[in-house]
Amino acid sequence: MIRSLARLMPVLATTAVFLAGFLLCSLVYPNFASMRVVMNLMTDNAFLGIVAVGMTFVIISGGIDLSVGSVIGFTTVFLALAIERWGVPPLMAFALILIICAAFGACMGAVIQYFELPAFIVTLAGMFLARGVSFLLSTESIPINADLYAHLSDHAIRFGTGARLTVPAMIMLAVVIGGMVLLHLTRFGANVYALGGSRAATALMGINVPRTTVLIYTLSSVLAGLSGIVFSLYTSSGYSLSAVGVELDAIAAVVIGGTLLSGGYGFVFGSFVGVLIQGLIQTYISFDGSLSSWWAKIATGLLLFAFIAFQQITLHLARRPARRSGRPSPPPPAAIAQGVARP
Amino acid sequence: MNFKALLLATAVSGTLFAAHAQAAELTVGFSQIGSESGWRAAETTVSKAEAKKRNINFKIADAQQKQENQIKAIRSFIAQGVDAIFLAPVVSTGWDAVLKEAKEAKIPVVLLDRDIDPAGKELYLTAVTSDSVHEGKVAGEWLVKTVGTKPCNVVELQGTVGASVATNRKKGFEDGIAGASNVKIVRSQTGDFTRAKGKEVMESFIKAEGGGKNICAVYAHNDDMMVGAIQAMKEAGLKPGTDVLTVSIDAVPDIFKAMAAGEANATVELTPNMAGPAFDAVIAYKDKGTVPPKWIQTESKLYTQADNPKAIYDAKKDLGY
Repeated sequence: MIRSLARLMPVLATTAVFLAGFLLCSLVYPNFASMRVVMNLMTDNAFLGIVAVGMTFVIISGGIDLSVGSVIGFTTVFLALAIERWGVPPLMAFALILIICAAFGACMGAVIQYFELPAFIVTLAGMFLARGVSFLLSTESIPINADLYAHLSDHAIRFGTGARLTVPAMIMLAVVIGGMVLLHLTRFGANVYALGGSRAATALMGINVPRTTVLIYTLSSVLAGLSGIVFSLYTSSGYSLSAVGVELDAIAAVVIGGTLLSGGYGFVFGSFVGVLIQGLIQTYISFDGSLSSWWAKIATGLLLFAFIAFQQITLHLARRPARRSGRPSPPPPAAIAQGVARP
Repeated sequence: MNFKALLLATAVSGTLFAAHAQAAELTVGFSQIGSESGWRAAETTVSKAEAKKRNINFKIADAQQKQENQIKAIRSFIAQGVDAIFLAPVVSTGWDAVLKEAKEAKIPVVLLDRDIDPAGKELYLTAVTSDSVHEGKVAGEWLVKTVGTKPCNVVELQGTVGASVATNRKKGFEDGIAGASNVKIVRSQTGDFTRAKGKEVMESFIKAEGGGKNICAVYAHNDDMMVGAIQAMKEAGLKPGTDVLTVSIDAVPDIFKAMAAGEANATVELTPNMAGPAFDAVIAYKDKGTVPPKWIQTESKLYTQADNPKAIYDAKKDLGY
């Protein structure tokens, strides 16, 4: 019981930071504490939330995916061209781009697995490739005028004064819930944790490591594609420069959410709250209106430092009592998290 | 008891005062693109000053060149319940959804410096922009007036190929000199809006035109290229401003420095004060319900050596250019 609580500590801390931050903002700006602001947080960060879910899987497995921002950019350009220039029906274009993204992710996963290359390098190559291709397709912003887009961007569940749960927000919430189920309740999820704990041990346990690795990067790219669809809904256009640097925002959200960068430990919910915290900082800055927007980056950087330090301290504390009583030290939370070893 | 009464009185008067203060002053949110160029930084500085002049509570969100940040900023301005929103759109498309939200919340939106796709016309109150064709025309007309009936060979430094500003400034200048058969553009090449490229292209013009003897005037699509061209002319032993006339566009501080030194002749201003007319339009709309025209054109003012360039340089140099 205590152990499971300790396991949840980082996520609880992130949530507490978010709630405290929201409270603070509400005290400073009376209009802040409204459903409208909460719903805006969901809508405005939907694309980031979706890629952060994929990034959580990748990072827990001990990898990294730097290509997601470029995949979003590529997706928006592809969709705009497919729908506006090539006359592909929007739904078919969605299906097509998700298949392309899946193939792209599977290739990166396969290269990482079979050529035994660091994920950092492979996905960096993927990042340049996807961004380059989107520039090749078009350097201009292309508007998407399809009826479906107008319909989807108008469609929202409205409540209160001006608050609306938009389609992008709904998609993000569905992805977050789906991601939680997949990570915490399925065999695939358990394999992801195992992979992050130790690759060699995972292989010895008879888990299909190549298949899991390929699937993880496929999942990340598909979610990046979905995020690109949401992004194109959000702006009703395709632009090769969209979502530059989103991969780094996603990594920051995942780490702030309590996931260990070395892998083996983390929660989808934490990443979701990490995204909301970043959105909260941005909202605060535009409510203030006189601060430089670069403070958002500074605040995110400070939070990252704080959370990494916090993780190290909790890890350290978790190990201490055992040493003192002379018992063998318990396995790191990574192993506990996926149930490989229980002392 | 007394203390309580006092507290209550303070609280009540405080609220009253606050309510009064709120009614008196407008709050305007401005989603600025970023600070990618000197002109944009100056626009931000001037907007703040103009807001202060009118006692407007002005909130600026710098989008760091990202549309998603601009959309986020507009949404939070709506959530704050500001009285008006200014938007300098980074791209022309993709604003429909968020501008519809602003319209639903009855918050007028004014576009600054750039326009959006024609489909969104009914979603904003007005757009304050300059007319870059007109800017070129003002430059061309100045040259025609200055040279009189003498024959004059002009070399042109174009902006980035394909950029609408470059196309428009070229067309405007051609319109401006169309009536004068003695003024002819003999060479025209792109200098990419940069100082270094402007100098390089000018050097090749000078070589091609017999050491510059056949060049009567230089027209550059922006001041930066002209500053480079002036450098090239000086290095070739020519006297810009006397041997060769110069006219360019933008009115950045450095061209006034050159004008004060007698090395440049004229510049057409792209004013960084887009917010001033926008504030006036919003105030008139809020107070009297006056609906402004869909397009407010800013003045393209011509500056020459007669306009005390030193004083203008001093006034402009701290705006952030």
